[in-house]
Amino acid sequence: MGRPTTTSLYTTKAIIILDSEGKRLHAKYYTNDYPTAADQRKIEKTLFDKTKKMNSDIIMIDSQVTLYKNSIDTFIYLIGAADENELILSNLLSSIYEALMLLLGSVEKRTILEQYDVTVLAIDEAIDQGIILDNDPQQIASRVTKKSEGDNIPLSEQSLAQAFRTAQEQLAKSLLK
Amino acid sequence: MVYLVIKELANIAENVIIVTQSLSKDVNQKSDVIYRANAIRVLCKITDSSMLQGIERFLKQAIVDKNPSVSSAALVSALHLFSGNKEAVKRWANEVQEAINSKGMITQYHALGLMYQIRQHDRMAVIKLVQNYSRGALRSPLAHCMLIRYACKIMDEEDPSQRSFYDVLEGWLRHKHDMVVYEAARAICNLKDVTAKELFPAVSALQLMLVNHKPTLRFAAIRTLNKLAMTHPTAVFPCNLDMENLITDPNRSIATFAITTLLKTGNEASVDRLMKQITGFMSEISDEFKVIVIDAIRSLCLKFPAKQSLMLNFLSNVLRDEGGYEYKRAIVEAIFDIIHHIPESKEFALSHLCEFIEDCEFTKLAVRILHLLGAEGPKTATPSKYIRYIYNRVILENATVRAAAVSALTRFAIELEDLRERIQVLLTRCLDDAEDEVRDRATFSLKVLADEELRSQYRKNDYTFSWAALERNLVNYLNDERAHERPFDISTTPIITKAEEVAEKSRAKAAAQEMVAPVLKAPTAAAGGAGTRGAAPATGGDAQAGYAAAMERVPQLAVLGNLFKSSKPVELTESETEYVVTCVKHVFPEHLVFQFDAKNTLNDSLLENLHIVTSIESTDDEDASQLIQELALPIPKLAYDVPATAYIVLRRPGGVTPTATFSNVMKFIVKDCDPATGEADEEGFEDEYELEDMDVSMADYVLPSYIVDFKRSWEEIGGDNEIVETYALTNSASIKAATTQIIDALGMQAIESSSNVPDRATTHTLLLAGIFIGGVPVVARCRMAFEPSSGVTMELSVRSPDALVGQKMANAIS
Repeated sequence: MGRPTTTSLYTTKAIIILDSEGKRLHAKYYTNDYPTAADQRKIEKTLFDKTKKMNSDIIMIDSQVTLYKNSIDTFIYLIGAADENELILSNLLSSIYEALMLLLGSVEKRTILEQYDVTVLAIDEAIDQGIILDNDPQQIASRVTKKSEGDNIPLSEQSLAQAFRTAQEQLAKSLLK
Repeated sequence: MVYLVIKELANIAENVIIVTQSLSKDVNQKSDVIYRANAIRVLCKITDSSMLQGIERFLKQAIVDKNPSVSSAALVSALHLFSGNKEAVKRWANEVQEAINSKGMITQYHALGLMYQIRQHDRMAVIKLVQNYSRGALRSPLAHCMLIRYACKIMDEEDPSQRSFYDVLEGWLRHKHDMVVYEAARAICNLKDVTAKELFPAVSALQLMLVNHKPTLRFAAIRTLNKLAMTHPTAVFPCNLDMENLITDPNRSIATFAITTLLKTGNEASVDRLMKQITGFMSEISDEFKVIVIDAIRSLCLKFPAKQSLMLNFLSNVLRDEGGYEYKRAIVEAIFDIIHHIPESKEFALSHLCEFIEDCEFTKLAVRILHLLGAEGPKTATPSKYIRYIYNRVILENATVRAAAVSALTRFAIELEDLRERIQVLLTRCLDDAEDEVRDRATFSLKVLADEELRSQYRKNDYTFSWAALERNLVNYLNDERAHERPFDISTTPIITKAEEVAEKSRAKAAAQEMVAPVLKAPTAAAGGAGTRGAAPATGGDAQAGYAAAMERVPQLAVLGNLFKSSKPVELTESETEYVVTCVKHVFPEHLVFQFDAKNTLNDSLLENLHIVTSIESTDDEDASQLIQELALPIPKLAYDVPATAYIVLRRPGGVTPTATFSNVMKFIVKDCDPATGEADEEGFEDEYELEDMDVSMADYVLPSYIVDFKRSWEEIGGDNEIVETYALTNSASIKAATTQIIDALGMQAIESSSNVPDRATTHTLLLAGIFIGGVPVVARCRMAFEPSSGVTMELSVRSPDALVGQKMANAIS
């Protein structure tokens, strides 16, 4: 039992950002543990109820290790398997947080929504389908900024990118309402 | 951003060729690093195996790219691809090897991970991998963590005495990064058969973490210690002081772990102090943590019976606090267990329970407590005081509780002459109840009470229906429209004795506990309170129930009666041959059933009319010749990757219990078929396939059972039928190995944790208990001594009410 059988690099199961009322700002699930939206809502709600009062960084939910971080009016959660090394997860979470700090100035609901693309990109640069892609905040931040400034993007592609971005932002907003 | 969108869309897109083209162009772009890294990731996400060859060259190049992020992206993508295209990725091994030496920290991590995936089935290669990189070539802490896990995996497979990598692990304990230190400490704690000396450095590393200011570190450390405390309480003992400080930790998870760990490591003297601390702490934590704490207290109480009054006081106090159903249930069950295991506590505990039901909002709990009162109350010194409590229920509660209370009253009246008349008066009042069920029960009770003969029958009634079977039958009945014309036939349901029911339940509970092993439960003894009906524990893990249900569906097997025991699956083939067969042995009252689960791993063949020919290979038991093969159920058709089951039924006339070795040959008609469509050729040819031999030993006829007080059971059975045999186990290297062998050979349960043997013990006493087929209890005491020159010498004494059974068990070891 409990022996670390996970010799794969798939370490994280999900990353979730919630606002101060427990509503979802961003969520990405890398496994099929919570297949439907209803299941995801449920776990998010439990997470939020358990963590809103205390600020103590770590908790076990559904026998999974969950690290969380409270920043102004948002909560960032990182879920991993029960026998995962808590410190790896904690390291990853703080890198993501620091990267976001670098990119957004301050991690709060307003900045996340205003620069939703940056948030999403940063998370994508840190975790790739459950594998830690990078845990250096500087690296993550630099890669995200280079792209969103769009120095070298050809004109045709740039407009396409912007179109996608607006579309996604719209989508996100309508989801959040 | 575009890349992200494409990635999300990847699952639905069908025509990806155009996208692939443009992405390939991006991959080749010389200028921008970011583009290339992302393009690679997206490309791998959308591509499928047929197109992989096209991009293989790009990927190989990218893996050895000078830029770490490009290389990482390629490696990670390769990892994703690995699950689908092992062969292709394996060809990249050289490039990956090079990437491990890259300068990017994170790239090292990814490359190492991929390398392991590629080489994981090659043990020597993995060992080399660990040896090479454990000397400090790696800089990434993440990579170190992975390396530690690989090292553990290797050590898992080798003999505990060698431990080639232990020194390396120990070295990692002094690494400058917390992450690596923790991983190494945890790895050491998880080692098989770890010794106290090996544990020491790991525990002291964890101890340092306990006082760290970061909650995550504290949490990680205490969680590992908690797990360790289950197996090696003494090793954790030095940390007790630090852990006591953690009880007041602001993070409640940490506090709970600290409490439960302390409860496990604590000695009798510290219990008082601990209990005091817990009392203050209980009101602050959530229900699920409370349940965990209650469980820990229960096992502690069973460990130190002397402290029971203190514990009961505590339990009854928390029982009165606010709390949800699950929490209350845990407490009530804990009290039930204490009553069951520690008879001295009975009166005290019962009076607490009585007070609890005075205002209990949970019907289910009230009913269970009333039943317990009915069963246990009459045996106490002053039964009359319980009557008041019970009758109060009749007046105040809802119908279900009233009915239960009436039944409990009846038990009192039957057992106790002098109270009978007074109870009859009370019961007469119940005849006016508004609810049918209550009136019926009251009428029934009065009738029984009035008649001396019925009374004695009621008292002796020791049989009940097998609940699982009854439930199954009722469900069948309800689902079958036609059956509704006839009344439900109760006689099809097997009747079992209450003793069997209890045995069944404790087994289910033990199985359920094994399931939740990662949760915090200590392996407590858990025979549920006698006859706690209505609340059969969830038996999700109970494989036997699954087998029974499967066999129930086969008409030829359903008639065999009640399944007594199912063995663990035995593999009759290597797990990687063309046909994989495992066998489960089932013992029925007069039959022996072999269940062969076969699987065809060749996708281009189809087996038909597969039957298994079993014959006795060798035996030294004359009973074996009486075995008659009654029935063989073949597998009509075994397609690729669809497991199927064949059965062989052997009759054991008069319930003999032969032991023998059986040889098995699988005979079948094999037909070629198209792997894609599964269509088979017309023509087939006969073939046979030799399976490995299988032993039926005495252990298959014995159910492990748990008894609380070994000494008492031992004395109760008495020395009349004691059989003593002495054996020299020359091939056992240590007492520990011998203990495992004996438990396996006898199929009995080790009592009072006597299966935990210190590593270098020279003498040990193993206590065992079991139930032989036919419901005959068996207890055994096994005294062993170890001499390096002669191996393990053992004296086995078996006691059982049936001398023959004892003799059989004593001979089971050879």
